[in-house]
Amino acid sequence: MIKRVAQTRLGTHWKWIVGVVAVYAVGQLMISLGILTTYWATILQKACIMAIVSLGLNLIYGFNGQFSLGQWGFYAIGAYASADITYRWARGDMSGLAVVLTTLLLGAVALVVWGKGTARRIAAGVLGMAVVGWIVHIVVVGTFSPWAFLVDVCNVFAVMPGFLSQEVAFLAALFFGGTVAAVVSYFFGLPVLKMGGDYFGIATLGFTMVVKVLADNADSVFPEMKGARGMVGTPQLTTWFWACLFLVITVVVLRNLLQSSTGRAVISVREDETAAKAMGIDTTKYKTLAFVVGSFFAGLAGALYAHRYPTLHPTAFHFVKSFDPLIIVVFGGLGSLTGTVVAAFAWAISLEGLRLLPAGMELWRYVIYPLILLLVMLLRPQGLLGGAELGFLRARIWPRRKAAAGSTLEAVEGAQDGSA
Amino acid sequence: MAVLKTEGLTKFFGGLCAVRDFGIEVPEGGLHGLIGPNGAGKTTVFNMVTGLYPASEGSIVFDGQSVVGMEPHQITQLGIARTFQNIRIFPNLTVLDNVRIAYHSHAGYGFLDAVLRTRHFEQKERELSERTQDFLDVFGLADLQDEVASSLPYGQQRRLEIARALAADPKLLLLDEPAAGMNPQETVELMDLIHFIRDRFALTILLIEHQMRVVMGICEWITVMDFGEVIARGTAREVQTNRQVIEAYLGKGEVAGARRRA
Repeated sequence: MIKRVAQTRLGTHWKWIVGVVAVYAVGQLMISLGILTTYWATILQKACIMAIVSLGLNLIYGFNGQFSLGQWGFYAIGAYASADITYRWARGDMSGLAVVLTTLLLGAVALVVWGKGTARRIAAGVLGMAVVGWIVHIVVVGTFSPWAFLVDVCNVFAVMPGFLSQEVAFLAALFFGGTVAAVVSYFFGLPVLKMGGDYFGIATLGFTMVVKVLADNADSVFPEMKGARGMVGTPQLTTWFWACLFLVITVVVLRNLLQSSTGRAVISVREDETAAKAMGIDTTKYKTLAFVVGSFFAGLAGALYAHRYPTLHPTAFHFVKSFDPLIIVVFGGLGSLTGTVVAAFAWAISLEGLRLLPAGMELWRYVIYPLILLLVMLLRPQGLLGGAELGFLRARIWPRRKAAAGSTLEAVEGAQDGSA
Repeated sequence: MAVLKTEGLTKFFGGLCAVRDFGIEVPEGGLHGLIGPNGAGKTTVFNMVTGLYPASEGSIVFDGQSVVGMEPHQITQLGIARTFQNIRIFPNLTVLDNVRIAYHSHAGYGFLDAVLRTRHFEQKERELSERTQDFLDVFGLADLQDEVASSLPYGQQRRLEIARALAADPKLLLLDEPAAGMNPQETVELMDLIHFIRDRFALTILLIEHQMRVVMGICEWITVMDFGEVIARGTAREVQTNRQVIEAYLGKGEVAGARRRA
C-alpha cells in the first residue's frame, strides 16, 4: 500500500509536501504561543500576499515577457471587490454573495460555450444543478425571479454555524476579488496587449493610476467604500493559515500551468514572438491568457490584503507601490517561481526588519534598502535564482528512450558514407 | 497540382516597392529554389506567404485555399512551416521544449487539465513528449534533448530549427537561407539533411539561398528575383546560362560576366 502511494505523483513529492506543512506548522505554533508578536505575524502574512501578487506578475513579465506595471491596479480591484462582499455579508446583506454566485454561474456558462475537456464537464454539472435548484425554488416559493433564488441560496449561509458561514463568505469574496480583476484585465488587455514592450508598460502604469483615482471616488457609487477617507469595517479574516494555503495553491497552479503545453506556448512568446507565430502559436491568445491569470492572482492577493488590515485606503494603491512586485520579481529572478517566493519573504522581512535599527536610525532603511537593490543588480543581474527552480518546481526530465526503428538521419548518412 | 501559387504579389513599404507582381507556382513534391542578390525581396515573399507581412496586392493560394489576410499561426496550422535567415530557435528553452512547442496544437488537453494534472493530461503529455523524442531521434538530436538550445553549435541550432518546423507537420516547408553562416562541412551536412527530409517526409520544399553551390546542387526548379521582380525561371542549367541572371549577380559588361562564370 505504502509502495503504491509512493508511486503516485503526490508520492514523488512527499518531501516537499512535508516541508511545506512543517513550515506552516512552525509558523502557526510560534504565532499561537506568542513567540512571534502580532506585528511579525502580520508581516509574514504580508510576505505571502506579496509573493502571490509577484508570482502573478512573474507569469506576465518573467514568463510571457510583457512588461506590466498594472499588477497593483488589479491588486486594488481585488481588494475593493472582495471587501465589499464581506462588508455586506457582515451586516446581514446577502446581495454581495448573490453577485458572487451570479459570477460563478456566468463563468460556468462561458466554460460550457468555450471550454473543453474536464472544465467543460464540471461547468455543465454546476449549471445543471443551478437549473434544478431554480425550478425547485419556483415551485416552493412561487416566484420566477432568478435573483430571488440566488439571494435565497445565500441565505442558507446565514443559518450555517457562524464559523463555517464566515469562512464560506470569505472564500467567496477571495474568489470574487480574483475574478473581477481577471475579467477587467481581459477587457483592458484586448486593445492594450497589441502594443508591445514599453508602450504596454506605460499603458498599464496608466491603468494603475486610473484605479487609484477610482478608489478615491468609489463612495459616489458604493457609499460603503468611503472613497478617499478609507474603507473600514471589513471583517479581518485573513490568517497565517489562509495566506500560506493560497500561496501554496498559487505556486502549484502556476507550476502545473507552466509545465504544460499551454505554459510552453506562453513562454515561447517571451522567447521569440515571431518564431512562436511561425510555429502555429496564437500569440495574442497566450498573451491574454498570461495577463488574465496573472491578474487573477493579483486580485486574489488584494482580497487577502483587504481582509488583513482594518482600513482599506486608496493611498495603499498608489502607483509608486506598483514597483514593489516588480522589484520582487526582478530581484528573485525573472522566470523563477522559487526566486519570487524567496524574494517576497526577503523583501517583507528585511524592509520591516530594518525598522529594528537603533532609535534615530530608522530612516536609514531607505538608504540601506536601495543600496542592497543596487548591489544585487550589479552582482547578480539575473536575480537571486536566475531562471532556476528548486525541487518540486523543477521541470520534469523525460528519460531518453531506446532509439526507435526506422530511418534516421545518421542511418542515411552512414549508408551514404558506406557507398562512397 | 500546385501546392503554392501566387499571382501579382506586391509589397510596398511606404513608397518603396520591395516585391512587384511576384508570381510563382510550386508543384507538389520536390525542391524549389528562390535566388537573387541581396535585397531582391526573397525574404519579403516568405514573410507574405507565412502571414508575417500583409501583402499589399495579389493572391496567395495554398493547397487550393487563399491565405491572404490570415494570421501567421493559422497559416502554419494549415501546413506551411518555415525557418528564418537568422536562426530563431527559442534560446533559453531545452531542445525538447523547442520541438514540443511546435506540437502545441496537437496537445489535446485544456488549461484545467494541466492545472489539475488529470489522468488525461498525464497521458497526452506523455504521448506528446515521446513523439517529440522519437522525432529528435530522427534528426540525431535525441542525446541533446535537455540541452539549452542556445548552447548548441551553429550547425545543430539550424538542424533544430528545421526539426522544429517539421514538427508542425507542414505540407510546404520554407527554408530561408539555411546555409547562411555555415562552414563548408556544415553546408555539406545541411544538403544531406534537406535531401533526407524531402525523401522521408514527402513534402514540398521552397528554399532561399545565396550559395550557388547549394542551390544548383539540390534544387530542381529555380526562380530568380532581382529588385523585387522575377527575372528568370527554369532548371538549374537554364538559369545558370540566363543572361539577365548573370547580369543581376555580376553586373553588366558581357566580358566580365562570361569570364567569371567560365
